[in-house]
Amino acid sequence: MTMTTGAPLDVEPAPPNLVPGPPGTSPPRPARGRGPDRLRAVGWALVGLVVLGAIWQLGSAFSADLPTPAEGLRELGHLMSKPFYDNGPNDKGVGRHLLVSLQRVFTGFSLAALVGIPLGLVIGASRRAWLAGNPVVQLLRPVSPLAWFPILLVVTKNPGKAAVLVIFVTALWPTVLNTAAGAAAIPRDQRNVALVFQFGRLAYLRHVLLPNALPSVVTGLRQSMGIAWMVIVAVEMLSGGAGIGSFVWESYNTDNLAAVTAAILIIGALGLLLDFVFLRLGRLVALEEVQA
Amino acid sequence: MSLTVEGLRKGFRRKRGPYQEVLRGVDLTIEQGEFVSLIGHSGCGKSTLLNLVAGLQRPDAGRILLDGKVIGGPGPDRAMVFQNYSLLPRLSLLANVREAARAARPDRARERTDEIVERYLTAVGLWEHRDKRPAQISGGMAQRTAVARAFAVSPRILLLDEPFGALDALTRARLQQQLVELWSHESETETVLMVTHGIDEAVLLADRIVVMANPPQPSVVDILHIPIARPRDRVSIVEEPAFRATQERLMCLLTLDSASAA
Repeated sequence: MTMTTGAPLDVEPAPPNLVPGPPGTSPPRPARGRGPDRLRAVGWALVGLVVLGAIWQLGSAFSADLPTPAEGLRELGHLMSKPFYDNGPNDKGVGRHLLVSLQRVFTGFSLAALVGIPLGLVIGASRRAWLAGNPVVQLLRPVSPLAWFPILLVVTKNPGKAAVLVIFVTALWPTVLNTAAGAAAIPRDQRNVALVFQFGRLAYLRHVLLPNALPSVVTGLRQSMGIAWMVIVAVEMLSGGAGIGSFVWESYNTDNLAAVTAAILIIGALGLLLDFVFLRLGRLVALEEVQA
Repeated sequence: MSLTVEGLRKGFRRKRGPYQEVLRGVDLTIEQGEFVSLIGHSGCGKSTLLNLVAGLQRPDAGRILLDGKVIGGPGPDRAMVFQNYSLLPRLSLLANVREAARAARPDRARERTDEIVERYLTAVGLWEHRDKRPAQISGGMAQRTAVARAFAVSPRILLLDEPFGALDALTRARLQQQLVELWSHESETETVLMVTHGIDEAVLLADRIVVMANPPQPSVVDILHIPIARPRDRVSIVEEPAFRATQERLMCLLTLDSASAA
């Protein structure tokens, strides 16, 4: 079996050669979009999915309560046929729930980006800021979103707002840490150029710091988005009301496990899509290598 | 202008290992209008010496004086061409030269800076390529841009750290020619200090060659004067008697260094 390196189905992590090396050491990226490679990638992805489906089927054979893949997919079709109906607060189409969740995710994520990027740049660029900031980051990072929720609920008195703030607090850290790593890893040569030619603060920020930190920033944003999407489901289970997480919890409470499995598939698919967007963004900002 | 190095010492401590003194007392004077080459095997401290003159590192002992004043940190009066081009990868060639020129000489008017940038990019033959980015050009073109960038800030002394080492022989020959032309005709910069690996390159380009060595030899083993008249032609220079003599002396000194280091 040979895994080709041509044009993978775009769900892999970004290629590792994102840092420019000494001239002449890295080959240019292979031309993308070769038909047979794409086809092969899709084929292997299907193999993986079939294996997943087989494991699911096996699981449902062992447990009487677990719906089979067939039942889950049927429910998925049912849900997707009328995604946006609205019969009141406790009976909405899955599409509406998704929109609510996505809105919360984007708000929380945007806050995390707006605060996290500048914070990461400062921490990465200044040793003192790092020494002061890193312990705080490491202290707060492992805290589960579900532990933040009660505090923020008390503060905001609004489950929706609390959910957004929980996303903000938990999605902040990957952005901060990755941005800081990028800001700290400016190639020595470029720093020397800035020193010799006396770049001012603004010029250094614009021409040296930001361009070099950008790929890491995107990596951080990508991880933050992944966490945000995961957290919203958990938080909405706690908070109830609208949102895909509360939809899952409601379905569980009404013994509609097929809907739960269908929701899992939907959540997964959306997470994949969001990740894909950031993957492409990452490819866009990646630095090309210098030719020999 | 004159650059004086007095009693310079510099050492490094590796992560695990003994403290290594790379420069063990260097005394050197470079006068206005000289093209001086630093040559020696790896580890002899030639790049370290250049970095100290550039102000990118500080000496452990001794001092470096530029026109009688001790140098502070790095600055455009000692502009440098680095070994790895060091062009900012997201800027075009024009922007690379222009941003450096603007940052280094804020007192100059914009139009004047733009004129100078255009002049030097044209002189290295890259004006038509000015909108390309470093990833889209060859190593030779990148280095020419770096040379244009350094000249564009009108340094008092131009520093070059093995600038042509990573290039093929043909490109190297062309760039050596271009460097000498820029230095002698185009620019106001009259003094050059260049680190090089190659004996032929040193003899072809330099007025004086500083030969450096590893321990147990002293840091500066000898300083050779090259009496060959300019302009020097790569092909005919081999017939000069001084060329042969210098080449042999250099070979002798360098072989001695590698023998004692072994």
